[in-house]
Amino acid sequence: MKSNKNIIWEFFASVKLALFTFFVLAATSIIGTVIPQNSSSAEYIQYYGQSAARLIAILDFNDMYRSWWFLALLVLFCLNLIVCSIERLPRVWKMVTLDNLAVEPERIRKMGLRASLFSSLDSDAVSGRVEELMAAAGWKASKGDVGGGTLFFSQKTPWVRLGVYVVHLSILIIFIGAIIGSVLGSKGAVYIPEGQSTDRIFETGTSREIPLGFEVRCDQFDIEYYDTRPKEYRSDLTVLENGKEVKKQRIVVNDPLDYRGWTFYQSSYDLRYQYTISIKDQISGLEKTFTVPPRQQVSWNEAGVVFGILGDEPPNNKWGSYSLKIWFSDNKGPASNFILGTNSSANVRRPGTTYLVSAQGFSRSARTGLQVAKDPGVWYVYAGCTLMLLGLIVTFFMSHRRMWVHVVKAEKGAEILVAGHSNKNKVGFEKDFELLVDALSSDEQVHISGKKS
Amino acid sequence: MTSSQLLGITTFAYLGAAALYMVILLFRANKLGLVATTVTAVALLVNTAGIGLRWVESHQMGIGYAPLSNMYESLVFFAWSIGAFYLWVEYSYKNRFLGAFAMPFAALAMILAQFKNPAISPLVPALQSNWLIAHVVTCFIGYAAFAVASGFGVLYLLKNRLKSDNTGGVLAQLPTLKVIDDLIHKTILFGFLWLTAGIITGAIWANSAWGTYWSWDPKETWSLISWFVYAAALHARFTKGWGGQRIAWFAIIGFASIMFTYYGVNYLLSGLHSYGGG
Repeated sequence: MKSNKNIIWEFFASVKLALFTFFVLAATSIIGTVIPQNSSSAEYIQYYGQSAARLIAILDFNDMYRSWWFLALLVLFCLNLIVCSIERLPRVWKMVTLDNLAVEPERIRKMGLRASLFSSLDSDAVSGRVEELMAAAGWKASKGDVGGGTLFFSQKTPWVRLGVYVVHLSILIIFIGAIIGSVLGSKGAVYIPEGQSTDRIFETGTSREIPLGFEVRCDQFDIEYYDTRPKEYRSDLTVLENGKEVKKQRIVVNDPLDYRGWTFYQSSYDLRYQYTISIKDQISGLEKTFTVPPRQQVSWNEAGVVFGILGDEPPNNKWGSYSLKIWFSDNKGPASNFILGTNSSANVRRPGTTYLVSAQGFSRSARTGLQVAKDPGVWYVYAGCTLMLLGLIVTFFMSHRRMWVHVVKAEKGAEILVAGHSNKNKVGFEKDFELLVDALSSDEQVHISGKKS
Repeated sequence: MTSSQLLGITTFAYLGAAALYMVILLFRANKLGLVATTVTAVALLVNTAGIGLRWVESHQMGIGYAPLSNMYESLVFFAWSIGAFYLWVEYSYKNRFLGAFAMPFAALAMILAQFKNPAISPLVPALQSNWLIAHVVTCFIGYAAFAVASGFGVLYLLKNRLKSDNTGGVLAQLPTLKVIDDLIHKTILFGFLWLTAGIITGAIWANSAWGTYWSWDPKETWSLISWFVYAAALHARFTKGWGGQRIAWFAIIGFASIMFTYYGVNYLLSGLHSYGGG
């Protein structure tokens, strides 16, 4: 039983598994970027044919990032990460908290970076000066009596060894945030016509109604244009609690409204125009003004006229200019088709009379389209992201640097053994080491008589 | 002088720099070393001025924005990042022979930019966010590092292949395999940090624009795929001591994945969901 457990533990603790998971996650992730996600089954059949579409459905390739097998891979990834970290953390913790004064003198003598200096002074006199020089070089040391001499030890940033585990932890925090978001959060959308309010939204994917517990009113929706290109979509929103206004805010894309954990994002809109058109029979003097939506036939029975807007180029631009394609008939001969520009008129010649048709303006009704989200996990995700960046900086660019100076009695005077170790950036550390050795060997008080590297 | 003209000059200057570094390497024309560095530095300055002037021009048009919003502008900034990153490497390693494997990327980015529409056009509402600058800058510093790392990967493989039968040849002037290996590794570390920051700033921006920090959009997914590739390389090195040819290949494959994230997704997967990058 025990060996069984060890096998499982070792499986999850292996870096091979991590490399395998990285590879499989990367490779399978490609699928969902090639096969469109969350399309209808009819579309898959149309694109890929019956049998391929069935395979896509069986393997969940139509929604692969939420499929059981992809989530299982992510779970494997997390388990691997947790077990790996637990497996290695104690050893690293030991390195961080290690008492480096308890080191065997023989080990200092075998460090990769070392230098032996000889002073003609006696060791006690040298020791005090060594401590001062180390502090001056930025290596404030602790000391102990070791191997018949005095050992000075100083280290910088031992905790950077934990950086990699901070990165691992940050990934778990991000996953926790994502899980909180998907369990406790909701995402939906709603359209609100100008002047109206809603107390519910419609869940993305299911269209299920979700009550908000308060109301949101759209006071106005507007688009600002550069010329014909949109510059800003904005909605003036008011939040109402029990019919009382509690918050007013103008939202634009990239600047949403927050209220009681819900966030309202400007994401869409729906504009409808109606045009004011007046018609005058130039002979009879009969005249009438109409409000006409596009693609709808309008009858003026009194004059026997039927007309409509076949198509419009709406005033979606900076100048509010529009153009209308008008169809006009009085049931005498073929109908007339003509274009009316912004606030312009046309004389329409018909058998027996001429009509003056004028476009006199437009009115607009708007609905704002909002994405609505509640995600209590997002702050965990952000915290995880911040932690990840800090962890990476520490892991990649900082090193645990240790410096020992052992002062022992020698035949004539004292030997000063300097040794150093850095877990990363050995080249940079070598310079630090040389600086300290130079400081010691060039000091007059230490009075170096010989040197051996 | 317009920004397009400045950036046109930049293109030729980077091309010149790349050619000079090639000449230095192939003909051991060490005397040209300082010239190559100077040309690169001048090209970088003109590139900087071009970006700055474009910023000013957009303000003069009344639509001021940081020029990082479309394919043209991102390629220009990509070239800038490569030039700056390479000069830093050259300065740190005091070796000019590396330029032949880095500066061609800057020249290529600028040449690709010349095929794009350089017109300054106002930002669509979705791009009007301070996160635009943070996101694009972080991503492209990362991309630049990965480009240079892949160049060094090619260098490693070349030198490794030729060392037996061509000792003392052209490649002998280059740093030793051990140094190149270390250089690739350090460059990947640097790129990985910025790629991570790029993905994170993108996620925060997405969340502030439409309430979802991650939606498995092809661009997002490909950035994550690249992240996994480099994460695998780093783990293999830290724990298994992988180096040499393997890391060189990782640098090349990783950069291919990055380029697919940057370029391929926009063109090959455009049927799905595309960003305002095109």
